[in-house]
Amino acid sequence: MNTHDKDLRDLRLMAARLRRNILLMVPPGKVGHLGGSSSVADITAALYFHHMKVFPDPRDPRRDRCVFSKGHAVLAQYAALGELGYFDKAEFARVKTLKGVLQGHPDMDYTPGIEAVTGSLGQGLSICLGMALGLRLDGSPARVYCVLGDGELAEGQVWEAVMAAGAFGVDNLCAIIDQNGLQATDSCEAILPNPDQATKWAAFGWHTLEIDGHDLHQVVEALETARATRGRPTVIVANTVKGKGFPFAEGRVAFHNAALNEEQYQQALAAVEQMMQEAAQ
Amino acid sequence: MKLMNMRRAYGDTLVALGGSNPGVVALEADLGRSTMSMFFGEKYPERYFQLGIAEANMMSVAAGLALTGHTAFVSTFAVFATGRAYDQLRSSVVIPRLNVKVCGSSAGLSDFGDGKTHQSVDDIALMRVLPGMTVFSPADAVEAAHMTRAMADIPGPCYLRLNRNDLPVLTREDEPFTPGKVRLMRDGHDVVVYATGYMVYLALEAAKLLEAQGLSLKVVNVHTIKPLDGEGIRAHARGMKGALTVEEASVIGGLGSAVCEVLMSGPADSRVRVTRLGMQDVFGTSAADYHELLAAYDLTADHIAAQALRVMDA
Repeated sequence: MNTHDKDLRDLRLMAARLRRNILLMVPPGKVGHLGGSSSVADITAALYFHHMKVFPDPRDPRRDRCVFSKGHAVLAQYAALGELGYFDKAEFARVKTLKGVLQGHPDMDYTPGIEAVTGSLGQGLSICLGMALGLRLDGSPARVYCVLGDGELAEGQVWEAVMAAGAFGVDNLCAIIDQNGLQATDSCEAILPNPDQATKWAAFGWHTLEIDGHDLHQVVEALETARATRGRPTVIVANTVKGKGFPFAEGRVAFHNAALNEEQYQQALAAVEQMMQEAAQ
Repeated sequence: MKLMNMRRAYGDTLVALGGSNPGVVALEADLGRSTMSMFFGEKYPERYFQLGIAEANMMSVAAGLALTGHTAFVSTFAVFATGRAYDQLRSSVVIPRLNVKVCGSSAGLSDFGDGKTHQSVDDIALMRVLPGMTVFSPADAVEAAHMTRAMADIPGPCYLRLNRNDLPVLTREDEPFTPGKVRLMRDGHDVVVYATGYMVYLALEAAKLLEAQGLSLKVVNVHTIKPLDGEGIRAHARGMKGALTVEEASVIGGLGSAVCEVLMSGPADSRVRVTRLGMQDVFGTSAADYHELLAAYDLTADHIAAQALRVMDA
């Protein structure tokens, strides 16, 4: 086994751990955005535990920034920030409560490692563009990563930001579309067909890549390619499965934001255990 | 009387701030010629971001610039800054209390020709209701310059409401400007007028008219709508037979509402009867001339004087 293989094995293990952390935030009977958090879990693992520059101090000015524009999937980000030690993992059980530091949507005032306020969909890419411009102005080598949902791409502001980021040629900005094909109430295709993302973003001056968002080798390679790209921002269109890792939830709209029953929860825990065993092999 | 333009004062002050504070950046949505942020762009092109006709994106981009340590001045027409980009301001900027300074130009009825869509009657109410927002409404260009400088030092989001037209200068450069404190423009002992923006000038003109008729009008300039100087407003109401509020905006949620709130929540001796002058639950309209438009909504010195006399009769 070469080092790269070992890295990938570690990342697969981490992705499984992130999914286990997500489950800690949605115990039986507690409503949570399981579907969109698990579809982006592998990408989140690759960002925080392989690709991005992160430091023990979440406010270190040299850090790379990651903003979940699809703020409802923040459970995946919390899962990673907890693993980085930015807060006590006991907080997972207090998510969305008055006494916890983990809000229902990302809030930088509450949670160390959260970089912005998102949740009102469509604003994250603009915020990231501002960060990218600010960092470039200061001569910082830090990079900015924006995670978007495909349903979110119906928000017009996203396209304002796509246009502007292309015009400004910010190569320290990388957008990642978690293209799981489903939104809150139906498939994206059934609600507002919005096909050919790579073609569209390319037309606005973006460097585009399309990958399987659950293949960590592809995710890592795409992020490296984005980092090496000069003169324009990169978008990674990541094809994913909503609810990935939890067989009863995979590809099902019903698990966008729902509570699991006891039986489903046990199935989910067992699935995570299996993922960990497979990753360790 | 000397006339000066608030937008020009804003643009010039922004350039000066750019020189003294390298963290200042400016964002524009294709109205830089009108908002006069273009002067900053000419002097500091690397810190000037032309984002095109896309105000929602501009507001969140400003948030991102603030998140990397910059003080971001966002300029566009008041209607677009506060209305079109309201949720971006609310969510991206105001919830995390970021250093974004929003300049809403051509506010109120001051864009007299362009009509309803370009006249902001609701901006004061919208900005005032945002938790933690600072809301400035200068009476003249000198105050606009003071406020532009003050905003760079005030932590967190601020809104500055600017008139489009050349207007009389009422305050002096060397007078101290204190954000959050009302400014007494003319003392009087019968009726108090709380005015904001250009309406301060009209109230002063009304006071001159009334002087000849033996009525003493006190004129208070409420240049900071939020945080509101409740103490100052209550103090100026004491002993008065009544109060008027005058604003170039909707009285619903605007200065009129704000003044009533602080008077009614104060001690009995400041709970005077209040008449609110301003836009009475209507949008504006196009007119050939600014003063003609103001007159169409009873925003004149004569009308203010007549209302003060009615207070005396009541």
